[in-house]
Amino acid sequence: METATDIVLLALLAATAVGLVRIRNLFAVVMLAGIYSLLSAGLFTVLDAVDVAFTEAAVGAGISTVLFLGALALVGHREKKPTRTGRMQVLPLAVVLITGAALVYGTMDLPPFGDAANPVHHRVADHYLEETYHEIGVPNVVTAVLASYRGYDTMGETTVVFAAAVGVMLLLGGGARRRRGGAAPASESESE
Amino acid sequence: MMSELLSQVVGSYNYWIVVFLMMTGFYILISRGNLIKKLVGLNVFQTSVFMLYISLGKITGGTAPILVDDPEALYSNPLPHVLILTAIVVGIATTSVGLALAVRIKEAYGTVEEDEINEIEAGIDDRRAPGRAALRGP
Amino acid sequence: MREELVLRVGAKVLAPFIVAFALYVHFHGDYSPGGGFQAGVILVAAFVLLVLVYGLEAVQQVLPPRFVQACAAVGVLLYAGTGIVTMLLGANYLGYNVLAHDPEHGQHYGILLVEAGVLITVFGVMATIFYHLAGRGRSE
Repeated sequence: METATDIVLLALLAATAVGLVRIRNLFAVVMLAGIYSLLSAGLFTVLDAVDVAFTEAAVGAGISTVLFLGALALVGHREKKPTRTGRMQVLPLAVVLITGAALVYGTMDLPPFGDAANPVHHRVADHYLEETYHEIGVPNVVTAVLASYRGYDTMGETTVVFAAAVGVMLLLGGGARRRRGGAAPASESESE
Repeated sequence: MMSELLSQVVGSYNYWIVVFLMMTGFYILISRGNLIKKLVGLNVFQTSVFMLYISLGKITGGTAPILVDDPEALYSNPLPHVLILTAIVVGIATTSVGLALAVRIKEAYGTVEEDEINEIEAGIDDRRAPGRAALRGP
Repeated sequence: MREELVLRVGAKVLAPFIVAFALYVHFHGDYSPGGGFQAGVILVAAFVLLVLVYGLEAVQQVLPPRFVQACAAVGVLLYAGTGIVTMLLGANYLGYNVLAHDPEHGQHYGILLVEAGVLITVFGVMATIFYHLAGRGRSE
């Protein structure tokens, strides 16, 4: 059952991603990205990462969509039709196919999916699962690792989030300004 | 034996779809000129990396890493969950810096299409140094 | 959207429950999925809903932009300050065992303080970013 859900969700994610490439109306793209986030939240639940699923559903499908829509209201929601020549469209596809082939080759060496003997599941992970109840006393191991065992890490992340807010304030803080002195359209006509 | 084979296929399937999603995001990023679309592509790429991490942390037959009374319970690896949980929030914070940049670019150039911005920039360069336009040809 | 009675009443009824849910997610994070990151985002969602229905100006009177900006900084300070307090009490930076007589209780207090810092920062940051994107282009 778990396996079937996993397969279906991943197939839906792949289909959504193809839709994201093809659709040109940016409103539809942003809504589809919200669906993509919700599907991945479902996938995280199937893969036992309930905390991550919760975060992805709240952040990816919720706030992220709102922020994208807020930005779209300011920059317009039409994507221009690609005007590039044939060669310029083939090049990205070639790059992506070659990189993808290399990555698929790399997955051959990954440990088997879901095997409890994989090296990643031992050393620190064992310690967290066995000792959390005695050392920290909270049942949710993710919270214990997040706030206590790896508190430095989380503090760094919190600081990064704060720095992002400072960045947005610096970029958008000055109030809306007009295009700079009409210089841009004038130069456009000159270059033609 | 049959289920073993199936789980093997499913394991590779997870990784392959992750690679497919990663490359889709990468393709949007390098082939589309619209800055908002590029940010969506970055997000797709980013989420695929999250899926890779969470797939690596999964143990078949395991349960979510919230301790229960059963001493025989098998838990999935909590470490990738912690890393990805914080990465999601940092991801949206950095994405919003990208959105803010796109808004400022729209205000400065009147467009968020990469090629139009390049044209405007080229025009400005030509006015400052007319010789360069001649070098570039018609 | 100012005239939509159902939306106005619906949003007013829903918002407190969203805030309560955010606080539940935060304080129950030790026992179930949840914690400061998720709770902060859900808390912002309540105010985003109010902004969509009642407009930015009305919400900014309740939740001034300066206040949310201060929140973003206060959360980080609370997190880092917890580490300083544990250092002053003779433990390592962010070593919560010394916060109470019993190490396990100390861990509980430490996690609570640190998660509160995360909640306040995430709430402040997300609200600040939302205010800046939503308020752009209105003053023209």
